[in-house]
Parts: sequence; structure tokens; C-alpha cells
Amino acid sequence: MSQGGLPKDARRVADDSPLPVIVLTAFGLLATLFGAFLRIAPNRLLSGHAYSPHAWVLAAIWGIALAGAIVRWPGRRIVVGLLAWLAMTGLPLLAGIDAHAWLMRAAASTRVQLGAGFWLAWLAAALLLLDRLRPARRVVQVVAWFAALVAIAIMAAAGALDGLALVREYAAQRAPFADALLTHVAIAVVTLAVALLIGAPLGGWAWRAKRGGGALVGLLTFLQTVPSLALFALLIGPFAWLANAWPALGAIGFGGTGAAPAVFALVLYALLPVVRYTVAGLDAVAPEALEAAHGLGMSRWQVLARVQLPLGWPVLLAGLRIVAVQTIGLAAVAALIGAGGLGRFVFLGIGQGATDMVLLGTLAIIGLALAVDFLFQGLLALTETPA
Amino acid sequence: MIEFDHVHKRYGEHVVIDELSLRIDDGEFFVLVGPSGSGKSTLLRTVNRLEPVDRGTVRVDGEDVATRDVEALRRGIGYAIQSVGLFPHRTVAENIATVPRLLGWADAAIRARVAELIDLLRLDEPGIADRYPATLSGGQQQRVGVARALAARPRIVLMDEPFGALDPLTRESLQHSLKTIQRDSGTTILFVTHDMDEAFSLGDRVALMLDGKIAQVGTPLQLIREPADQRVHEFVGGTRTRLRELAVRSVRESARPGEQADGDALDIAASLQDALASMLAQGRDRLPVEEHGRPFGVIRLVDLVAPRP
Repeated sequence: MSQGGLPKDARRVADDSPLPVIVLTAFGLLATLFGAFLRIAPNRLLSGHAYSPHAWVLAAIWGIALAGAIVRWPGRRIVVGLLAWLAMTGLPLLAGIDAHAWLMRAAASTRVQLGAGFWLAWLAAALLLLDRLRPARRVVQVVAWFAALVAIAIMAAAGALDGLALVREYAAQRAPFADALLTHVAIAVVTLAVALLIGAPLGGWAWRAKRGGGALVGLLTFLQTVPSLALFALLIGPFAWLANAWPALGAIGFGGTGAAPAVFALVLYALLPVVRYTVAGLDAVAPEALEAAHGLGMSRWQVLARVQLPLGWPVLLAGLRIVAVQTIGLAAVAALIGAGGLGRFVFLGIGQGATDMVLLGTLAIIGLALAVDFLFQGLLALTETPA
Repeated sequence: MIEFDHVHKRYGEHVVIDELSLRIDDGEFFVLVGPSGSGKSTLLRTVNRLEPVDRGTVRVDGEDVATRDVEALRRGIGYAIQSVGLFPHRTVAENIATVPRLLGWADAAIRARVAELIDLLRLDEPGIADRYPATLSGGQQQRVGVARALAARPRIVLMDEPFGALDPLTRESLQHSLKTIQRDSGTTILFVTHDMDEAFSLGDRVALMLDGKIAQVGTPLQLIREPADQRVHEFVGGTRTRLRELAVRSVRESARPGEQADGDALDIAASLQDALASMLAQGRDRLPVEEHGRPFGVIRLVDLVAPRP
């Protein structure tokens, strides 16, 4: 399976273009010069003042990288890639050390927060690494990202990042955080399972009944346009009524608020992509192969299990990847109706005005989405058709 | 044995098969030939119930197919189609083994049968059994398709223009393989084609189908010599029917035993068309004939022009 629609040569030309490197290094340089690397706040709720201890040194490094990107020289790709990797792992370490140094001579309530300058420069470094790794083999890509992750994890474990407000926020919320993470994953897994259980047969039906299928997809597309916040709110009434009408449902945690309406709404959003990709997966099976399968005497289930599923599976899996990432993002909103999950930190943080708490929830959701995306990419690589 | 008894089928207002009755005997290589839209493919597909009939009955070995379990019926009948329809995610060996697997054959029996078929269909490229269909040539793919149809030793095989998409050389080679296999195994084959040459070179009997009806059924020679009406005559070749006749008659019928001649020898099983081609190529009006590699006699140009009955 080829990545993207570009022919090989065109892709190589695009890779050789210095434009992404120039833009990203310039972006990093500007972020370093004009953004605050750290912010020093008197406590976790008040906003602080900018503190950028080595702005000029960092700016110089970005400047050199920018100059190197404009001038063509051999080995440029590897050196710039290496610099990007070092920036990705080095910037957090630097921030951690600076924070620690500041806290040594400050009041106990003082918080050293990561500033916009840090985030933007870090983002630039990550995008730069992504760009430089693009033509590399999959193994190299995986190793590079994994190594960066491990490096940051080691710093965190060794306590090098303990001075940062984000880490202190986490330390204070350790147990609720683990709980929220589990809830978030559980909501996503259940949603995915239910959506697949309902969506796959619906997709099969839509594939067979072309016209009815169009109507179904139309309905599901309409559902997608309902804002998630509104849908969650709309479901409170009916679900509360259901729980009242059947106390048994209420007893198992069914109600106007909580996980049940959240999963229900998330399944509604997940159905469209599941149905769409089921149809696309079934369309991916050559009609001749189906004709032969029937003609040779396979039953409908055998055709499904031995021909349609193995041939359509990669397409369906690509769809599930999108559904999984979408669900993890949307599940954050579900915290508003008491479903729990990482969204809790976001809304709690907004309510308290505690930026770091918002950041903690947001980063965790992004990380989770990336991890799931990575997992599905791995699965997809495994299912790539032979020959 | 396949029997069509007053089979009738229509798509909307259009009659595809019109009160058609026909009987195909055991061990026969039976060809349904006709232009596209004549209903020949539809008729073939009523045998394994890929197409239901509106009226009438289709019987296989005396039993109405409509009363049989559809999967069991299909597993007992080989099926090969023009588009081949190999399973792209399965190797050549796995494709061939499809029906034996469905029937629950033992692994050893399946392996042996696959090896036998690979040999029989001259798929003798080393390692071909473990390759995927996408890596095969069109001719090889259709050989696998035919092997898959024959895998479970069905007594009846349905073939829907299986060689229609192949180049002439590959097609001829596959026709030869199929004819040999059919003769050796005694399988009943119902074969659909729109190619009159193919029909005449393969069929023991040929049925010309026009507008959902059988216009004429008989041996190739009967269709050529005694066309039932003008339309059959036109389809069989008009003024060129005599050329077709050369293709369906063998040297054996016209050779003069005992005589001798110079030139490259012909095999006695060759067609008169081959004999004519060979005479033209060699610039001779008579050629020696061999049987099993030993001299048999001679065939002369006059024997082709005025064949003895």
C-alpha cells in the first residue's frame, strides 16, 4: 500500500525541498525570541511573568539551523534531524533544570510554568523531526520517536522535570489522574466495540441495499452535524426518563448523566465512519472473487469470513483508526455530563482558572490519541496484503 | 447428466430463456455457443442455481436442483469463469484447494490433489504453488481457475467463457489441456463461448443458442453440413463453412493407408486444417501420415477438397 497519491519521483523532489525546514526553523527562532520560555507565577491560580534565561543561546542555535537549511550541503538531512531530536528532548530538560534552579530561591507556592515560547519551539522541533524522518524506513521512524519518548520518560522518572508546574499538578492528582485515564480508555473501548457491533452489520446492509444505504448514510451524516455538547445535553432528558421508568436500568448506572448517555452519543458519532468504511471495505473485494466464492459453494458466512473480511479488513481497520482517535477527542466533552475521563481535568481546570490542570488533561488526551493512532498504524502494517 | 426441462426465465419484460429443453449426457463435452445476450451464460448459471428459473426444472443426475441444498449442489459442480476470480489473498495452492477444504478433505489428500492438478494443468514453474495470483500471467491465472474448478473431482464442470480473455496461443494451449483432461477423466463439461472455432474444436456436441432458444444442437459436423436454417448457416460461417469443416475433421478419416510420400510427416490425429496448413507451408500436395510415430500412409490435397464420406 503506497502512502499518499504522489508517484515516487515526485515525492523525492518534495522531500528535497528546503521549504519545510526553513519555515519550521524560522518558526522556532521567532518562538524563542518573542515567546516566554517559562512563566513564573506566585501560585497555581495566578498568572506569572515571563522568564527566558537562555533565549539568546537557543535563538543562535535556531539561527544556525535556519542558515544551514537555506544553504545546500551534504548530510544536511541527518544533521538537521538530529538537531530536531535533541531539541525535542533537550528543551524539556532545560526547562526542568531552570525551574528547579528558580524554585531553590523562591516561596513554596511559586509555580514555574512552561511558556508559549517553549511550546511553540517544542512543536517546531517535533514537526521538523517528522519532516526529516518522512523518507526514512518505518523502523527508523519508530525507533526515533520511541527513543525521544523514552528519554523524556527517564528525565521525568529521575525527577529532572519535578520543578515544572505541570508535573507538580500531576503529582497532586496522581490517583484521580490514573482513574480518569482508565475511565477515558474504557469509554473509548466500549464505544468502539458497540459502534463496530452495530455499524458493521448496518454497513453490510447498506452495501447490499444501495439505495437504502444512501438514506442511512444521509441520516448518520446529519447526526455528525449536531454539536457534541448539544447532543450530550439533549440526551440527559430521555436517559433520565428511561432510568426512572425502569429502576433496574438505574441500578446498573443508567441515568441522565454518567457514562451511559456519553457512550450512546459517542456511538452515534462513530456510526457514520464505521458504516462508511464497512461499505468501502466490502467494495474493495473484487466482484469476480465473490462470484467465484458463491459459485464454488461457500455459504454466506464462509464468503464473509474467508473472502470479504480478509480482503476488506485493511480498509475497515483504517476506518476504525479514525473512529478511535475521534472518539478519544470527543470523550473529553463527555466529562461535562459526569461521564468522567480526562476531560474532567480540562473542565475542572477551566473552572478553577488553573491552566496547568487544563494542560494536564489536554496533553493526556493528545498523548492517548497519538498512542491509539500508533497502535492502529501497527495493526495496519501487519495486515498489509502479501505479494 | 444435466437436463433442462421447459426452462423459462425473464428479466422484467425481456425473455432470456424461452421454454428451453435440452439434455447433456454423462461424459459429454457440451458447448453452448451464441452471440452475447443469447442467454447462454444465464442458462449455464441455472445449473448451480446462481440464477433461479421462473418456470421449468433443471435436473442434475435426475434430481431437481431447486430441491437440493444450494451449497452442497455447488460444491459438487466445478465452476470456472472468464474473469477467473481467484482469491487475491490466497496462494495458488490455497486457491486450488478451496472446494476440497469446504468439503473437509484431509490435509494429505488435499496436498496430493493440488500437486496432481498443478502437474495436470502444466503449472510447472518451480514454487508456483506458494505464489499469489497477482504475480501470475493471465494464462497461468486461468489455469489455476480451471484447476480450482476441477479440484474436488466433480462429475460436472460449468465453464463460462473461461478462455475468452486470453491471447490465441495461450487459449489454444489451454483448450488442448482441458480437452485431454476431460477425455481422461470422463467429466461432463458444460462450456459456454461465443467463439465458433472454440466451440467446434472442443465440443462433442454443440448447441447454437439464439434469443433464449436452441437454434440447433448436434455434433460440429452436423451443424456445418446440415444447418437447420439460414441463421444457423450464417453463424456457422456462411460460405466459409467448408473451412470450418476441415478444422473439425481429422486426417484419420481421409488418409490412404500404405502409400508413401516425402515431406514432414503429419500425426493421424491432426485436423484436415492442420494438414492443409502443413501442405501450404511445405509446398507439397501430398504428405506422409504417422500413427504413434510409425508410418501409416499418405494424405493428398484432393482428399481435402473432395473428402470421402
